[in-house]
Amino acid sequence: MDLFDILLNASFWAAAVRIASPLIFATLGELICERAGVLNLGIEGIMVAGAFAGWMTVYLGFGLWTGVLVAMLVGMAFGFLHAVLTVPFGLSQHVVGLGVTLLATATAYFAYRLSLPEVTSPPKIEPFQPLEIPLLAKLPLIGPAFFAQTALTYLAFALILAVWLLLYRTPLGLAIRAAGENPASVEAQGLSVTAIRMGAVIAGSGLMAVGGAFLTMSAFSSFFFEMVNGRGWICIALVVFGAWRPGKAALGALLFAAFDALQVRLQQTPMGAVVPYQLFLMVPYVLSILALILMSRRAEVPAALMMPFNKGER
Amino acid sequence: MTDRERDGAEVVLRLSGITKRFGALLANDAIGFDLRKGEVIALLGENGAGKTTLMNILFGHYTADEGTVEVFGQPLPPGHPRAALAAGVGMVHQHFTLADNLSVLDNVLLGTRPLFSASLGKAAARTRVNRLAQDFGLAVHPDARVGSLSVGERQRVEILKALYRDARILILDEPTAVLTPQETTALFATLKKAVALGLSIIFISHKLGEVMEISSRVLVLRHGKLVGEVETARTDRHRLAEMMVGAEIAAPKVADRAPGPALLTLKAVDTARRGNAPGLKGVDLDLRAGQIIGLAGVSGNGQSALAALIGGLESPVAGRMELDGGQNADWSPRAAIAAGIARIPEDRHRSGTVADFSLAENAILESYARQPMSRRGWMDWRAADMFARRIIDTYDVRCPGPSARIRLLSGGNMQKLILGRVLEAGPRIILANQPVRGLDIGAVTFVHNRLIAARDAGAAILLISEDLDEVTALSDVIHVIYEGQLSPGFARGTKTPAELGLWMAGQGFGGAHHAA
Amino acid sequence: MRLEPIANPTLARRIGLPAVALVLTVIAASLLALLAGANPFATLGLIVQGAAGSKFALLETLNRATPLIFTGLAAAVAFRARLWNIGAEAQLYAGAVVTVLLGTGALGLPAPLLLPLLALAAMLAGAAILLGPVLLKTRLGVDEVVTTLLFNFIMLLFVSYLLEGPMKDPMGMGWPKSAALIPEARLPRIVTGLRLHWGFALALLAALAVWVIQTRTTLGYEIRAVGLNAEAARFAGIPVNRVMVKTALLSGGLAALAGFSEVAGLKGNLTLDLSPGFGYAGIIVAMLALLNPLGVILSALFVAGVFVGADSMSRAAAVPTYIADILTATALLTMVLALRLTHARVRWR
Repeated sequence: MDLFDILLNASFWAAAVRIASPLIFATLGELICERAGVLNLGIEGIMVAGAFAGWMTVYLGFGLWTGVLVAMLVGMAFGFLHAVLTVPFGLSQHVVGLGVTLLATATAYFAYRLSLPEVTSPPKIEPFQPLEIPLLAKLPLIGPAFFAQTALTYLAFALILAVWLLLYRTPLGLAIRAAGENPASVEAQGLSVTAIRMGAVIAGSGLMAVGGAFLTMSAFSSFFFEMVNGRGWICIALVVFGAWRPGKAALGALLFAAFDALQVRLQQTPMGAVVPYQLFLMVPYVLSILALILMSRRAEVPAALMMPFNKGER
Repeated sequence: MTDRERDGAEVVLRLSGITKRFGALLANDAIGFDLRKGEVIALLGENGAGKTTLMNILFGHYTADEGTVEVFGQPLPPGHPRAALAAGVGMVHQHFTLADNLSVLDNVLLGTRPLFSASLGKAAARTRVNRLAQDFGLAVHPDARVGSLSVGERQRVEILKALYRDARILILDEPTAVLTPQETTALFATLKKAVALGLSIIFISHKLGEVMEISSRVLVLRHGKLVGEVETARTDRHRLAEMMVGAEIAAPKVADRAPGPALLTLKAVDTARRGNAPGLKGVDLDLRAGQIIGLAGVSGNGQSALAALIGGLESPVAGRMELDGGQNADWSPRAAIAAGIARIPEDRHRSGTVADFSLAENAILESYARQPMSRRGWMDWRAADMFARRIIDTYDVRCPGPSARIRLLSGGNMQKLILGRVLEAGPRIILANQPVRGLDIGAVTFVHNRLIAARDAGAAILLISEDLDEVTALSDVIHVIYEGQLSPGFARGTKTPAELGLWMAGQGFGGAHHAA
Repeated sequence: MRLEPIANPTLARRIGLPAVALVLTVIAASLLALLAGANPFATLGLIVQGAAGSKFALLETLNRATPLIFTGLAAAVAFRARLWNIGAEAQLYAGAVVTVLLGTGALGLPAPLLLPLLALAAMLAGAAILLGPVLLKTRLGVDEVVTTLLFNFIMLLFVSYLLEGPMKDPMGMGWPKSAALIPEARLPRIVTGLRLHWGFALALLAALAVWVIQTRTTLGYEIRAVGLNAEAARFAGIPVNRVMVKTALLSGGLAALAGFSEVAGLKGNLTLDLSPGFGYAGIIVAMLALLNPLGVILSALFVAGVFVGADSMSRAAAVPTYIADILTATALLTMVLALRLTHARVRWR
């Protein structure tokens, strides 16, 4: 099997779309936060917490969508913590973000050990099943890739459009963008920068958690340690790569996922026998760094990103 | 206020007993006045007199410690710009509150519709903005990105924002500080149209001429107190000045003096753009010993590029910069300091001082790497302390001591420390970029006298200021900067402010290099 | 609500608020214990006992504190210059790899020569690892937070490759671990019979050295100026980018010493679980110490105590050991909030 065969294989594209889905959720979540002017480094931990919460809910016998909802609420709770500390109190977004990541990760691990003290191999749940869209799923290549996925994947792709509409077509989106460009402009037009930024961080964190939940509920069907494995940091790179635009960032996620799917398949080829597998596993991280370097020259970073706003400060 | 004879027009705004403290500072002390329909009140006062604080309270950015605001007879809930906007108060801030990366229309629309409504309603809004722009003479393209607009255009967007929200009361905070004399005239025309349509205006300024021209009534603030209120028709500039500072302002006296040799020469210098501002284009300039060169111009026309060049932050991309006839290959802030250039930065908070450093640590910011402040990489803090003490004594810096954090100092005292830091080295060239911006009269006089003394002692001085009065009062020769180009030098007294204003608006610049 | 700055906070404020933060952390621990069905007081008691209740416990805490002092110093130095080095984990492993590379027989020198050489080589390796991200930052403006974070993952995969490939111990029965260091490359114990190696003393020395650098040298002055106001520093002629690079070299070197000291002092060889997140914990250590190098020693002891104590406690009570991570993260967040409130009061409206 050479590169050409891989690229013409429908299962490769299906895998790419599947791998992209959690990244799309989390990238859109981070993008909303950053558009409002808040860098959310809690993303990695919030994804862990979301992965655990969704999985645990289903394991306890609730429905899959209840699991998604619980994951989102847990993410929003950590988002609230992040927002309170960084927005009204204006604490360093770096420190708080890393703190939230450590806290959320540790809380998830603690809760996992608490609920399943003895198990060595984590129990599985019945995950989301692929839904074939009639007719479309029969298309060659594109069919299995885009139209035979789970409901969560369809939701991820629908969210790209929804977030775009929100940001560019509604008064709320305008306020979010303005809060990230110049909070004083928001304040002077009678809106509360604090409320808008906090809302954006909380909502964005909810999306990140759903991205995490995708891993346990649609991809791996069980929860294990280190499963998020830097995906959150990769999403931050994807936001930069997408120049803070939902469409471009999602496209980046897809591209990135394609490379990830490719490296897994290349490991099965004769090349994989020669090149150590660790080198393949490095690909996502190296790509992320390359993406950052590539976009560094023309990054259109929100002007007030990481700048706290204190009302009435002299 | 009650004994005043007026034509009985409706009171649209009433402030009573407004008091505001910032820590120990009493920024507003029981201030009260009425604004009537269709009048323009000028709020006059020095920097730090409390004008902006008062208006920020009115608009809801700050909350007063005491006092009430009534708009159209209704009490205004404190601390909410939204309430002020809804009551018909609009404010044009001195530092524009615009998002540069958004369009004009987006900036106008922001916050005008319920946040959770489904659409922005852009089409209708565009029509309305265009009509308002026509009615009030505020030409600006609704779909232009704000970041691409000139300062004057941005101000128009700010006014449009207020008008779009049906403001009946317009507050303008130092609106002319960034305009050419001609743009100021256009602004005043807009304001007169607004008044004719029944709006009331509060005009904040410290420029007496403008106050005389636009207002019907003048309120004077000093040290947070309302110290005077007069009909504009019944007063003159002299009396206003006296009320404003408590004594008549003595214009700085600059004796004639023959200039010495050129210490720094620019020959057809180009520099790179700086953000939104243009770089220099073919600039020729001589800085001569014993001469003050004044640079006039509307802000954002290349002043920062020239300051960055001479200050060592930028190098020419074309042309030559010569110091004592030779070129400096490795141009940097350190090279500039070593060449004897004293640099007074434009923004003392951002680039002049490190707020959380002590006075001593700030005093040695430029000299820390040399003896006696350090030796082979080891700091000598006693030397730093002594140096700071010397500056504190010589330059009358009011502070608790050399180990106090500089954050605690007033702007004037901070500026004196910077002045001491750069002048103690005995510079041959002084780059004074907005040296008195935001200072009170006492500090202004102090800084100006120090600059004149340095000139008389033989230093070459480049004075960059947005205040045309300051430039004309101090400079031996004036250049106007426009879009990165430099006008010929005009000797003291050879051009009227109006003529300089035309140059500032770009007249006389051919686009090509002018003759040196 | 808004914040109003306090120019000169009272002593009560400066001591009281951090104390409140610690109390909140203890309350959080109690709640977690309750949640796990254990007695909160007993749990806390077991943690304290496990951290400092015996000679063995105390030595264990000191041993655990050693790498944390190094990584804490690495973070403290970098954060002072507003250089967000979150990659201490990668730098630690770089130091460990070099220690093993040169300490397993490649250099046949006596210990007094070999050990300093190994430490120096490890520092160079750690510095080199951080050089990439910092150059990307100063040259291209690429955010170093994300690049250093991503480097951690790349480095770990690289170490995994080394341990399964070129550096694999042929006598290791197939386990992914390196060969053992030669005896000359081992850091001796400070007191014979006590399980505490010279790495701890080296850590204290490093803290002192960093303190001297920060308060007494021009480099320290430059680092602080750049961190507090880079624009003013640049204007005044401080070579900001060069200071950033120097800071990065120092920071990366310090983090790498953690790897050197763990391998040469404690483990004697390199495995993939050499660091249970020392690099990340170093960030907490640095922040709790308010970036003060001498304070790093105390906060490293505190964090190490929490971890060692929680480990020992979880063996006795049914409270998962991850309580330690929650506690340190809580301490971090409450402490930064307490510091903010020391210098500002909350005004409603």
